[in-house]
Amino acid sequence: MRSILPVAVVVAAVIALWYAMAVVMNANWARDQAERAEVELTFGDLVRDTLSQERPRLPAPHQVAAEIWATTVEKKITSKRSLVHHGWITLSATVFGFAIGTALGILLAVGIIHSRAMNLSIMPWAIASQAVPILALAPMIIVVLYSIGVSGLLPKATISAYLSFFPVVVGMVSGFRSPDPMQFDLLRTYAASPFQAFWKLRVPASMPYLFTSLKVGVAASLVGAIVGELPTGAVAGLGARLLVGSYYGQTIQIWSALISAAVLAALLVGTVGLVQRVTLRRMGMQQ
Amino acid sequence: MGDEPIISARDLCLEFHTRDGTVEALRNVSLDISRGDFVSLIGPSGCGKTTFLRVVAALETPTSGTVSVKGMSPDDARKARAYGYVFQAAGLYPWRTVSANVRLPLEIMGYGRGEREERVRNALELVELSAFGRRYPWQLSGGMQQRVSIARALAFNAEILLMDEPFGALDEIVRDRLNEQLLALWRKTGMTVLFVTHSIPEAVHLSTRIVVMSPRPGRITRIIDSPLPPERPLEIRDTPQFIEVAQGVRSGLREGHIED
Repeated sequence: MRSILPVAVVVAAVIALWYAMAVVMNANWARDQAERAEVELTFGDLVRDTLSQERPRLPAPHQVAAEIWATTVEKKITSKRSLVHHGWITLSATVFGFAIGTALGILLAVGIIHSRAMNLSIMPWAIASQAVPILALAPMIIVVLYSIGVSGLLPKATISAYLSFFPVVVGMVSGFRSPDPMQFDLLRTYAASPFQAFWKLRVPASMPYLFTSLKVGVAASLVGAIVGELPTGAVAGLGARLLVGSYYGQTIQIWSALISAAVLAALLVGTVGLVQRVTLRRMGMQQ
Repeated sequence: MGDEPIISARDLCLEFHTRDGTVEALRNVSLDISRGDFVSLIGPSGCGKTTFLRVVAALETPTSGTVSVKGMSPDDARKARAYGYVFQAAGLYPWRTVSANVRLPLEIMGYGRGEREERVRNALELVELSAFGRRYPWQLSGGMQQRVSIARALAFNAEILLMDEPFGALDEIVRDRLNEQLLALWRKTGMTVLFVTHSIPEAVHLSTRIVVMSPRPGRITRIIDSPLPPERPLEIRDTPQFIEVAQGVRSGLREGHIED
């Protein structure tokens, strides 16, 4: 209960600041309109107008909330204008890509800790891969995959995987290496095989590292899926909503897609956190 | 076979090559340990006592000289699971309960399920922790954790117990109590114990033989056969006999320093 108050205060402050900025940023348009219509604007009129424009520079929170309500609860999920529909499309690409990225990341980490050659050769490439701006790379991945006949979910998932494998590699390499030398000496005195050392020591010791990486990875996956939706011609998904919104100056639509993406990210990270808590508690590692 | 030493080292030398030059961790160390002995290695840090233990355990390879453990090379003895090793830190797996920690070597060595449970029970009984099998390590005190790690080393009935300052990190009250328990355990099991310490009272209290070592280069300066009786309550530390042995150890340690 004690943690609710600070969160509520921060949220209230953000919303207050948001309203203030909406008034400031939309004021010019309101004044221009009033001048053209040759009416005098009182301060009250100005505020009322800035918070209810159809295409505001910065939509007010309640406008975004109303748009989200209208496109989720009041729209059929099958409708092309339903945010749930678009969110689901983005989510499925995110989860698919996250699964690929996680599996790839763990596999690479296993290779890196067991092979000196892989240790020396893979890490620089993994780091370089993340230095390339994904926005520049995404269209090429889509085009290349399309030219070999792959389209739909997989290209977007590929971009998600591209972003999410990296934190998993880095985290799991540290995790697999986290037991101290004494632990490996102990296993040596039992004449344990590398296979046994991996499953009995390295894997359980890496669990806290895994979940930390997964939290970063799942958020990166979502970004990847949204970026992957931009160059597809904006057919479907939260990324498409962002793009269509910006074509037509539908700022309210852009913001509602943005907020939905943020909520989705929070839910994904929260889910990983929940799995983490349950797993570590079951392992006896959470005190 | 009877009088054959269970551990035998001949002219053991070991050099570590570091960036600052070569360190002679062991020079011409020769030592025979008989079956059932409790042998302590004592000396200041850098005297090679831990290195010697690690050579016996095949965790280090000597530069020259020979070692035999139960008539085998140390590496073959390791593969034959001839010894249990207790480190300075308990090093229990936090994700395993006390029982599961003791079971670890048994799982690795492929014991059957029924035998595993029985051996875990016996080993925990030996260290008087039967009631704590389902606890996790973090729920135990440091001394109890170290007892679990001893149980873990006892679980597979190795003939030799190698202990590297197992009580070094514990306070003196706990340490005295654990010394008594270890003596009782040694008498009950008849194991051969090789025990590294830097505490004179601990070495004198526990050992049938005390090996005094000195640093730079690491070598043996004196070997003292203890005249103390096998029954050794804590009070033995106040007897003239005990004090005499302790003085012998102390002068051995000093001798090593004068040669520096």
